[in-house]
Amino acid sequence: MLSYLVQRLFLMLVTLFGISLVIFALLRIVPGNIVDVLFDAAGFVDPAEKIKIEKDLGLDQPIVVQYATWIGGLLRGDLGFSYVSEKPALAEILPRIPITARLAGLALLFAVSLGVPLGVVSAVKQNTRLDYFLRVVSLAGLSLPAFWLGLLILMASVALFGTIPIYNAAPKSMWDSFVMYAVPAAAVGLRSSALIMRLTRSSMLEVLRQDYIRTARSKGASERSINYSHALKNAILPIVTIIGVEAAFLIGGLIVTETVFNIPGVARFLVEAIRWRDYPIVQNLVMFIAVVVVVVNFVVDLLYAALDPRIKLGA
Amino acid sequence: MKQLEIDAELKKAGAHAKGRFGELRFLARRYLLGTIGLVIMIMFILTALFAEWIAPFDPLTVNAKQALAAPGALHWLGADSFGRDVFSRIVYGTRISMAVGIGSMLLGSSLGVVIGLTSGYLGGWVDLVFQRLVDILQALPLLVLALVMAAALGPSLQNTILAIAIPLVPTVARVIRANTLTLRELPFVEAAKAAGMSETRIALRHVLPNTLAPLIVLATAQFGSAILTEASLSFLGLGIPEPHPSWGRMLSESAAEYVRTAPWLVIFPGLAISLIVFGTNLLGDALRDILDPRQRT
Repeated sequence: MLSYLVQRLFLMLVTLFGISLVIFALLRIVPGNIVDVLFDAAGFVDPAEKIKIEKDLGLDQPIVVQYATWIGGLLRGDLGFSYVSEKPALAEILPRIPITARLAGLALLFAVSLGVPLGVVSAVKQNTRLDYFLRVVSLAGLSLPAFWLGLLILMASVALFGTIPIYNAAPKSMWDSFVMYAVPAAAVGLRSSALIMRLTRSSMLEVLRQDYIRTARSKGASERSINYSHALKNAILPIVTIIGVEAAFLIGGLIVTETVFNIPGVARFLVEAIRWRDYPIVQNLVMFIAVVVVVVNFVVDLLYAALDPRIKLGA
Repeated sequence: MKQLEIDAELKKAGAHAKGRFGELRFLARRYLLGTIGLVIMIMFILTALFAEWIAPFDPLTVNAKQALAAPGALHWLGADSFGRDVFSRIVYGTRISMAVGIGSMLLGSSLGVVIGLTSGYLGGWVDLVFQRLVDILQALPLLVLALVMAAALGPSLQNTILAIAIPLVPTVARVIRANTLTLRELPFVEAAKAAGMSETRIALRHVLPNTLAPLIVLATAQFGSAILTEASLSFLGLGIPEPHPSWGRMLSESAAEYVRTAPWLVIFPGLAISLIVFGTNLLGDALRDILDPRQRT
């Protein structure tokens, strides 16, 4: 067990190191740096000024030195300065994280509380009209682009209430703040719920075929008790594993949804930073996302082993 | 392989289908949703091929008089802020989505197959290195990696295809590797070895064809994800550049503003994206049922 943990932690570090190299290299082959973008916007170029700014930002140094500076700073908790706002990158990123975390949490909650029950119903009523209907609806849900779903919700809100829900940094009441997050969270969560529903369905069907279900039925257990206490308890395990996949899936949805609803979270910030060639923000944010994904997957693996005694880690 | 599966299906259902046509009709009835998906896909392929004949207007011609015209007899699905016909732009946009879907799927799957097959068949340090590479690519969400790559490469059709293809590689590589590991131990591979066949020949002629079923299922799913990702990239302004009529791009042109004033600019391009991905998903589900009986539900 301990050797497994050490091995996993080591592999995680190797992966994160690899990601840092990939991201750093990718950002360095971008045509034009922040200085070009700024000067393009200003409309004139003074070469001496340009060289001075590049020197200030450390862009004139060899690429290896730039990389070492970044990683060295990262290990000390110094993420450098945003090129655009000139504030410390950490101060730019940190306040945006809770906004996105709240949105992601609500979206996940929405996805699980809609996806799991519907998946169970679909499996129990396999090959009925209801099952057919739910399967088609879930496939349709997976086919909608997340940003379009957001736009449709905006459109519906214009039609129903005459206004668009606007993000407000200081909501008046708890209820206002809940609505403000709940609507975009539903837009993100709907797609995820379709994914969870499909997985719950196939996992339930797998379990319902097992011998112990037949045993339960033959000893006279009610259908209700079979479905919920015998089957779902065992079917839920694979659903736990998908939370890792889900984390990656959610981030994609959050990026476009925060853009549509104009929510100042980290996901939208990443897109803005990419547009501005704001390297310190982009490379740190991407690293942050990678750390989240890698850690979530690690925790899910541990959780899976803890929940299912048949699984031995490192075996 | 396919013939065999169809025969098995026919026997199982006890159908007395006669001739090729009878078999097709049987399959269409057995996999009704898959057939609907196939019809949707064929429709989009034909639209892409014959865009010139289908579109009533040129997708790029600006006409200030018709700016933001509502759907009607002249512009069936309305016109955008430059007076360009929305229906014609959607018709031509099919080409972009098809190009990205097919291009990214082919590139991503081929790279994935090469990595998965070498990794699984050779094992050892090659496997170790390739697996770390796959881990690295998989730790970043599809859209995040595609965003950074698209920004790094610059906006163009080829770069968008590349930016989407690379994040698709790890899934294929994983599945092919796992399959290869199982196949490598089977008696027919041993027999081929005993018969003195070269390793490369065994890998390509005996192992690869046996991984085809899961590969086809995966590739269908990737076609859909590629189209969705292109739409997201273009929506965020980092995919296909103006003036090309990419569906995602059509939605990005201050869509939030048109939600109030010109809803047709928001509804129709989104419908096109959803419909093509829906068709892919329906077809993919049926293909999985037919080709991969272990996953049949």
